Amino acid sequence: MQELFNWAWVIPALPLLSFLLIALVTQKAKRLSATISILAILCSFALAVGIDIGVIKAGAEIVEHPVAININWLNIGGLKLDFGTLIDPMNAMMLFVVTLVASMVQIYSVGYMHGDKGWSRYYAYQSLFAMSMLGLVISTNLLELFIFWELVGLCSYLLIGFWYFKASAREAAKKAFMTTRVGDFGLLLGILFLYTKFGTLDFAALQQAMSPEAQGAALAAAGVYITAMAFLLFIGPIGKSGQFPLHVWLPDAMEGPTPVSALIHAATMVVAGVYLVARSYFLFKAADPVALEFVAGLGAFTAIFAASIAIAQDDIKRILAYSTLSQLGYMMFALGVGSLTASMFHLMTHAFFKALMFLGAGSVIHALHEKQNIWDMGGLWKKMPITGWTFFIGVLAISGIPPFAGFWSKDEILAAALENGHPVIYAVGLFTAFLTAFYMSRLFFVAFMGPEKKENHPHESPAWMTVPLLVLAFFSVVGGFVALGKHNFAYYVHYAAPGAEFEPESLNLGLAAVSVIAGVLGMGLAYLTYVRHTIDNVAVAKRFSGIYRLLKNKYYVDEIYLWFIHTIVDGFAKVLYWIDINVVDGIINGLALVTRGSGRGLRRMNTGQMQTYALVFFCAVVVIYLVFAIGEGQLGALNPLAMLGGVR
Amino acid sequence: MNLNLSVGLTSYLLVGAMLFSLGLFGVFAKKNIIAVLMSLELMLNAVNINFVAFNRFVWNQQLNGSALLTGQVAALFVIVLAAAEVAVGLALVITIYRTRKSTSVDEFNWLKW
Amino acid sequence: MAGTVVFFIFAIVAVSAAWGVVTSRNIVHSALFLALSFAGVAVLYILMNAEFLAAVQLLIYCGAVAIMVVFAVMLTLRGDVEESSGETKKWLPGAISAVLVFVIVALVILTNQEWRILPSAWLGGGGATDISFLMFSRYMIPFEAAAILLTIALVGAVILAKGVKESK
Repeated sequence: MQELFNWAWVIPALPLLSFLLIALVTQKAKRLSATISILAILCSFALAVGIDIGVIKAGAEIVEHPVAININWLNIGGLKLDFGTLIDPMNAMMLFVVTLVASMVQIYSVGYMHGDKGWSRYYAYQSLFAMSMLGLVISTNLLELFIFWELVGLCSYLLIGFWYFKASAREAAKKAFMTTRVGDFGLLLGILFLYTKFGTLDFAALQQAMSPEAQGAALAAAGVYITAMAFLLFIGPIGKSGQFPLHVWLPDAMEGPTPVSALIHAATMVVAGVYLVARSYFLFKAADPVALEFVAGLGAFTAIFAASIAIAQDDIKRILAYSTLSQLGYMMFALGVGSLTASMFHLMTHAFFKALMFLGAGSVIHALHEKQNIWDMGGLWKKMPITGWTFFIGVLAISGIPPFAGFWSKDEILAAALENGHPVIYAVGLFTAFLTAFYMSRLFFVAFMGPEKKENHPHESPAWMTVPLLVLAFFSVVGGFVALGKHNFAYYVHYAAPGAEFEPESLNLGLAAVSVIAGVLGMGLAYLTYVRHTIDNVAVAKRFSGIYRLLKNKYYVDEIYLWFIHTIVDGFAKVLYWIDINVVDGIINGLALVTRGSGRGLRRMNTGQMQTYALVFFCAVVVIYLVFAIGEGQLGALNPLAMLGGVR
Repeated sequence: MNLNLSVGLTSYLLVGAMLFSLGLFGVFAKKNIIAVLMSLELMLNAVNINFVAFNRFVWNQQLNGSALLTGQVAALFVIVLAAAEVAVGLALVITIYRTRKSTSVDEFNWLKW
Repeated sequence: MAGTVVFFIFAIVAVSAAWGVVTSRNIVHSALFLALSFAGVAVLYILMNAEFLAAVQLLIYCGAVAIMVVFAVMLTLRGDVEESSGETKKWLPGAISAVLVFVIVALVILTNQEWRILPSAWLGGGGATDISFLMFSRYMIPFEAAAILLTIALVGAVILAKGVKESK
C-alpha cells in the first residue's frame, strides 16, 4: 500500500472536485449534489484507510522518515515556497478521523437537512470544508498549512451563517471569523518570523534545523527568538482551538446546523490548532520551557473554565460546545506537559464520541422540532432508543469509564501530567474530569430520562441519521483499544527528536483507578440530583446564587469584550476621527487658505494703475542695484563725511 | 576739522541724485497725471546734470581732442527727446481728458484686463 | 570761492524747487516750481562751463516745456485748483523706494574714490561752435534722427490733440 502515498493529494482533491461540481453545475439537482459530495468523501475515506494500512505496514521506518512530496510553487528572488503532501503516522490518523467523521456527517445530513432550501449550497460547503481540512492535515510546510487554515476558517464562517436569514446566525458567523482572525494574526507573525530567521517553512527542514544535534548557525542566531516564535505561533491555536480568552466564538457557533457543529466544531476544525502545535512540536521543544508551560497552563485553565460554565447551561448544544472547549483544553495541556501521544490519542477518541453526541443531539432537536432547551425535554429514551443508547455510550466515553474510548485517552493525559512533574495540572485535570462526568450525565438524565412532556411527540430518526450514530458509537467503544498491544498508538504517534530512542509508557493502574472513580463520582452526583432528586438543584442554585449566575452568564466574558470594544476601541476610533477631521482636513484646508490668502495679497499688484506697476518695477531695480552695489563692494568703507568735494 | 568745501564731481552727482529721487517719488505718488509728467522731467534733468558733470570733470582729463564735449552733446539730445516726449505726452493727456473728463491716475485702471 | 557759494545757492534752489514740484498740492504751483528748478539747473550748467547748454536749457525747458505744461493744466483743470494735485493713497511705498534709491546712490557716490575730483582748468570751449562741430561730424546720424523724431512728435501731438473725427 506504500505506493498510495504518492496519491495522497487525491484525498483533498476529491472533495474539491465535488465542491466545484456542485457549486457550478449541479446546484439545481439536489439528489445529485448530495450523491456527488458523499461519494467524494467516501472515496477519500477509502484512500485514507489504504494509506493507514500502508503506514502500519511501514512500521518504524515511517516514524523516522515521513514521506514528503514537494512541488516547487514559487521561486521569486530568495523566496522559495513549496506545495506538497506529507504522510506520517500522525497525519494518517488525522486523515482517517477527518474522512470518517466527515462522511458520517454528510450521510447524516441527508436526513437532518431534509427539505432545507439551501441543500445544494450545504453540500458544496461541506465538500469545501472537507477539502480544506484534509489539505491542512497533509501540508508539508507552514505556509501551505496557513492557507488551508484560513480556508477552514472561511468554511466555518459560511457554515455557521448557513441560515443567513437569522440575525443570530449572521452575528455568530462574524464573531467566529473575527475572533479566529485575531489568532491568525499572531500565527502569521510567527510564520514570518520563522521564515526570516530560518529561511524555510518546511516542517522537515525546520525540525532538522532545530534539533539539538544540528548545531546549525540558524539555531544559534535565532536563540532567544525561538521562544517568541513559539508564543506567536501558539496564538493561532488559541483562536482556532478555542482556548481562553479567544474561546467566545465556539458557543455562538452553535447557530449553525447541528451536523456542522458535529463536524467542524467538535471533531475537526477546532483540533486544527492542536494539530498545528503537534506538528511544530520541535519548535516548542527548542524554545524556552516557559512556552510549553504556558501552553499547559492555558490548556488546563480552559479545561476547568469551560467545564464550570457547562454545568450551568440549559441549551443542549451549548453544553456540548463548552464540553468541546474543555476537552480541547485537555488536548492542549497534554501537549504542554510533554506528551504528544496522549494529546493526539485524545483528539482521535474525542472526535468519535463528541461527533456522536452532537449528532445525537441533532437527532433530538430534529425530533422535537427545533427545541433545544433540555428542560423542555424528558423521557426521550422510550421513544428514541437508538439515539438514547448511542448518546449514553458517548456520555460513558467522555466520562472516562472503561472500556470506552475516552477512558484510555483521558487516563494517558492525566498520567502524563503527573509523571512529567505537573501535580497542579494533574489535580485540575482530575477535577475537570469529575465536572465533565457530572454535566454530561446531567444532560443525559434530564433530556432522556424522567417524565415525558406532554407537548413533545418524539419519534426515532430515519435511517440516514441513525446509521452514522451507530457507526460512531462503535468507534467510541473500540477506539481506545489501539492503546493496547506492542505496536500500539504510542508506537506510531510520538514525539522524538530525530535519532532519539522512544519507550512507550505502560498503563499505571493506580492512576487509572483514580480517574475512573472521579468519573463515577460525577455520574453518581448527577444521578442523585436529577433522577432521584435527593439533592434539590433549584435550592442549591439559590444558595450559591452568585456563583450560579456567574457560571450561567459564562463569567461575563462576552460582556467584558463588548465593553472593551465600545469603550476603548470605539473611543480610540473617535480620537482618530477627531484627528482626521481637524488635523488632516485642517492641513488641507489650511493649504487652501494659504493659497487663497496669498492670491488675495498678490492680486494687489495688479491694480491696473500705471503707478503701481512703475513702483513694482522700480523696487526690482532697487534690489538689483543693491545686489550689485553690495556685491561689488562699493559700499565697503562708508565715510559719511566723505565730503562733497573730494578728499586728497 | 579740515572741511574741504571745494565743489567737486561728487557734489554735482549728489545734486543729480537728489533731483532723480525727488522725480521718482513724484512719479509714484502724484495723483494728477500732469504732475507725473513733470516729475519725469525732473528725472531727465538729473540725468543731464550727470552727463555734464562727468563731461566737465572726468572727460576733461582724457584730452579727447575734438570729442571734448561729448557729454554736453548727449545732454543736448536728452533735452530734445524730453521736449518731444512732453509734447506727445501732454497731447495724450488731453485726449484722455476729452473722453474720461478726469486727470486722476487712480481712475486710469484699464491695464487690469 | 565765489563758485562754491553760487553752486550752493543754486543747488539748493534747484533741489528745493524740485521738492516743491512733487509735494505741492496745487498743480499750477507745481508747474511754476518746475520752471524754477529748470532755471537753477541752468545756472549749474554755467558753473560747469556748459554755457550753450544752459542757454538751451532755459530756452527749451523753461520757455517751452514749462509753458506747455501750464497750458495742459489750463485745459484739463477740473474742480478746485488748490487740491488738483494731491498724493495717491499709496504714496508711502513710493516715498520709501525713492529714499532707498537716493541712499544707495549717495552711498555709492560718496564711497567711490575715483570720483573725488576737483575741477581742473577748462581747456575746451563751451560754446555753440564746438558743440555744433561735434554734431555735424561725429554725431551726424543722431542729429538727423533727432530731427525726424521732432517732426514725428510734432505731427503726432497735433493729431492727438485735434482728435480724429468720424467723418465718412
